This record gives sequence, C-alpha cells and structure tokens, in this order.
Amino acid sequence: MSDKIIYAMYDDDDHLLNGAKDLVAKGVHVTDVYSPMPIHGIDPIIGVQPTRLGIAAFLYGITGTMLAALGIRFMMIVDWPMNIGGKPSFSLLENIPSFVPIFFEFTVLCAAHGMAITYLIRNKTLPGMPPRNPDPRTTDDKFVMEIRTSENSKFSDEELTKLVKNTAFIEIEEKQI
Amino acid sequence: MHKEADIRLPLILGDKTYKDITDDVIRPIESKAPKTWYLLLMISVVISLWGIGCIVYLLGTGVGTWGLNKTVGWAWDITNFVWWVGIGHAGTLISAVLLLFRQKWRFAINRAAEAMTIFAVMMAGLFPLIHMGRLWLGYWVFPLPNQFGSLWPNFNSPLLWDVFAISTYFSVSLVFWYIGLIPDFATIRDRVTKPIFKRVYRVLSFGWTGDAKAWNRFELVSLVLAGLATPLVFSVHSIVSFDFATSVIPGWHTTIFPPYFVSGAVFSGFAMVQTLMLILRKAYKLEAYLHVKHIEYMNIVIIVTGSIVGVAYITELFVSWYSGVEYESYAFLNRATGPYWWAYWSMMTCNVISPQLFWFKKLRTSLMFSFFMSIIINIGMWFERFVIIVTSLHRDYLPSSWTYFHPTWVDIGVYMGTIGIFFVLYLLFSRYFPVLPIAELKTILKSSGKNYKEGYGHGEGYWQKHTDH
Repeated sequence: MSDKIIYAMYDDDDHLLNGAKDLVAKGVHVTDVYSPMPIHGIDPIIGVQPTRLGIAAFLYGITGTMLAALGIRFMMIVDWPMNIGGKPSFSLLENIPSFVPIFFEFTVLCAAHGMAITYLIRNKTLPGMPPRNPDPRTTDDKFVMEIRTSENSKFSDEELTKLVKNTAFIEIEEKQI
Repeated sequence: MHKEADIRLPLILGDKTYKDITDDVIRPIESKAPKTWYLLLMISVVISLWGIGCIVYLLGTGVGTWGLNKTVGWAWDITNFVWWVGIGHAGTLISAVLLLFRQKWRFAINRAAEAMTIFAVMMAGLFPLIHMGRLWLGYWVFPLPNQFGSLWPNFNSPLLWDVFAISTYFSVSLVFWYIGLIPDFATIRDRVTKPIFKRVYRVLSFGWTGDAKAWNRFELVSLVLAGLATPLVFSVHSIVSFDFATSVIPGWHTTIFPPYFVSGAVFSGFAMVQTLMLILRKAYKLEAYLHVKHIEYMNIVIIVTGSIVGVAYITELFVSWYSGVEYESYAFLNRATGPYWWAYWSMMTCNVISPQLFWFKKLRTSLMFSFFMSIIINIGMWFERFVIIVTSLHRDYLPSSWTYFHPTWVDIGVYMGTIGIFFVLYLLFSRYFPVLPIAELKTILKSSGKNYKEGYGHGEGYWQKHTDH
C-alpha cells in the first residue's frame, strides 16, 4: 500500500499543540512530533505512552546492589577473610556496615549506566547514527508534525491535507513512500 | 502551561526568540576564536606542560621529590585532591539538586558547571594516582583477579570506598552531562556549514531526532539521573571526609566531618562556578541568560554553605575543648596559635568572615565583588584542606619528631600543572561545546523570558491571543 507522509511545520510550540489538539479531536492520528525542545503536554494528545525507563533503572539498581553484595561477600568473607582492626570478618551480616558505602556506589553506578545505555538504544541514538529528523530546522526553532495517510484510512488524502491546512502551520511538505 | 509570578525577575532578558537562543549559544562555535582565547589557551598549555613535566620527573625519581618528611606524610597532594573534588561538586549539585527542586535558574549555569565538575574530578583523580608512585599499577585499586594468591583490596577501608565513590561520581556525571548535550549537538549538527564540523557533530549527536517519545524519555532520564546523582554527590564528599574521620589522628577523628566537607565542597564549587561563568558570560555575550539575579542566587548558596562551614569550624573548636582529651585540645590550639597560625587565619578570614559580606544586597548583586569573592573563597578552601591535613600531622605524639612542611618546586609544579590542564580542557569546552543548554533554555523562554512575561513576545498582542485558549 502506498503511504504518504504529511509534514506540517509550525513556528511555535503552542500553534503545534493547538493544531494537534484540533486534529486529534477530529479523529486524525498524529504519528509523531519533532521539536527543538520538549513540548509539555503533547504526549497525552498524540498518545505517547509514559516511558518505562524508570522501572528499568530500578531493576538495574537492585542488580547492582546484589552484585556488590555477592562480590564483596566472596572477596572479603569467603575467599580471603582479612582481619583489619579487629572488624568481624566471619559473615557478611556482621561486616556489613563497612560495606554499605560500596553497595550504594555500585547501585548508583549500575542504575545510572544501565538506564543511560537503555535510553540510547531505545531512542536509536548511538555514535555515528545518521540524523533522522525530517527537517534540519526542527532542532532550531521549528516544530514539525508527522501524519501518515496509512494510519488515517478513514480520511482521503485530500481531506487529511485540508484538515492539516486548517491549523496554524507555516509550511506543509508531502512525501510519498 | 507553566506560569511564573509577575514579581519574579525574568530569567531570560532581552527580546529573545527560540532562534535567538540557538544563535546566541552557537555563535562562539561558528565564529573565529578571538585572540584572547588563543592567548589564554597558550598560557594554559605552557602551565600544563610544566605540570606534566613535573609529574614525569616525580614518577621517574619518586615521591621523595615532594616536601614530605617522616611526620608529615600527606600534604599538598591530598590537599589538592580534596580541593579539586570539592570544586567538582557544584556541577552535579546544580544540575541534580536544583532539578529536583525545579529551580529553573540552573539552566544558565548547569552545562558549564557540569563540564567544570568533570574536569575538576579528572584533576582530583590524578593526585592519588601519582601518589602511588607507580602510575602504571593504578588499576590495582580495583578488585581484579590477580596472581598474588587472589589478595583482594580491603573493602573495609575508606580509601577503597573513595576509589568507588570517585569513579562512580566521575562516570555518572559524564553520562549526565553527555545525555544533556546530545540534543544540543544535534542543533549544532543541523546548522554548521564547515564539512569537518558537520561530520564531527554528526558523530557527537548520535543521530538525535527530537521526536515526542525521545523527549519524553529525555525528561525522565534527566529526572532519574538527578535522583541518583543527588545522594551520590553527598556520599562522595562524605566518603572523602571518611579518609580522615575514620583515622585516630587528633584533628581528623571527628564525626562532624561528612556534613562539614559536603557543605565546604558546595561552597567552593559555587565559588569556582562564579569565577568561570562571570568571565564566560562577558566573553560570549551571554548577559541576557546569566544576569545579576543568577549571580545573586549563587551568592545566596555561597552564604548558606559558607555559614555552615563557619559553624563547623567553631563546633570543632568547642568539641575539642569539651571532649577533655588533651591531644584533641592541643591539635586545635596548635592550629590557631602554632607555627601554621597564618594558614588557619587565612582560612578563617576567607571562608567564614568574608562570605558574610554577602548579607548586603548591594555586595551580592555586584558582579565585580562576586568575582573577587569567588577567588577569595577558592583560596580559602584550599587553605582549609591544608590546615586540616598538615597542621594535624606536623606535631605528632613525640615532640622530637615535630616538623614543619615546606613544599618543593615539584609540589608547586604539579599543583599549578593541574590548574593549567583544567583550563586547557575548559577553554576547549567553551569553544566547541554549547556552553548553555540550548534545548532546556527554550523550555523556559515562554514562562520566564522578559518579552513573554511583559506580553510582547512575538510582537504586540501575541500574549492575549494565546491566553484565550
């Protein structure tokens, strides 16, 4: 099936936000929005789900705590117990107070890096990736809305274009793919 | 949308648009560097080369080239380490703690302060490494499987906690900084025309698109990283203070150290931010984004943390007397009246007395005075670490081994060298990286831009048209 993408450009985030509100109210599905900064309030309008990266960070964090506990227990209790200043070295539980700082640091290390790597992969932003924004001006001061005809089968191409033209756009570009 | 009270001073002055923000921040990257930039870079390179030469000489000859003696076994190296780590606390504190408290004025300083943090922590990390004497064995501090009967590093030791704390702090700060930089690199990528720049920023921007989901993730990642970095900031300097506080040396063995070190770190970090930003805003004409109000906010942080530090000094003195331990009392009496009285009183003047001048609104809103004070505080905080370390050590339990510490030219050279390297990195950063967060500044333009607050953003009548919705 041939698909057409309509890119509508706005010069203000409020114009885009109001435009998207109007279009969605009329039943148009807005695929995506490209902007130079986060537009607050756009997510519920175009149906972007809240990210689950926070949950991922938590899981990475407890993984870090576990790894630190296992590693320190092996090194300091099992493999080579050291008598340092008479501190108890017979079980992890007895010796735990002096291990807390590294448990904490390792938790933060794993949570932060795990989340950052997941974030980069999920966004498909990795070193050397080509830029994929539809117009170079969307990282400066322009805001672009992306609408696909294949996702709006209840409107004809002309109807869809007309609806988009009712918003406060400044440029419209259509791309056949 | 977010609204700000009218009585609050706008954070962005002048009649700025989104495009102006991009232009103003990217201008230094696109235009030719001024002669003063080359001059400063040259000076910094020369100083850093001298420092590197001193480090090479030190490593070739041994730690004996420092002025250490049998009583004072720790002096300038650890002083410089703590000083640099302290400076390295402001960046992440500004971006993390101020983000959690939704302090929007942080956007004027967070990017440059984070860069400062990263470079300062690099300089800090250098000192323990070169103090090992054999730099190439530095990786022994990590718990790696080894051929010595699998002897592991001691996880009970604050020195090992420090290894984990500093390396975690460095890498997490770097990630935090870079994640914020990606969208701004994309802005530069889409604008610059020079082919080499185009290619470099294309790689640096990781193919950022700026779609709705990406921004959604960006905001959450920033928030969670801030949440993780906040306790991290506090833990790192607490652990640095444990290096001293868990020992049994009178003058070090005090429970007040963690909060005292953390507030001292924030104090010195903000002072260094002031020093750097006051120059940067002038050189890059960023006065609209970083103006007197921002400086005043920073000065308020300085006065709060400076007062905490002052209370800590006085508490230490009181407790040393109240403890009834004669060694403890003598350690503090000796600090104030012994051979190092000049260091103690420089510290007291710079860190306790002089920040109190910021209670006067006239002084804390004066840019010249703020700059002058920031230098004073940087000096004072160096003296604080010197006082804690050297005056606690130089007179031990045996009067026949009482000594006085004299730095050698290697001590001085290594310290000056790190300042040189720091400024080389910072000058390169300020030339090729966006010094203000472009994307984040755009999010506050409408709520806190002067033109929008007064209702004439995008021309007359714009504001009325948009509040109708």
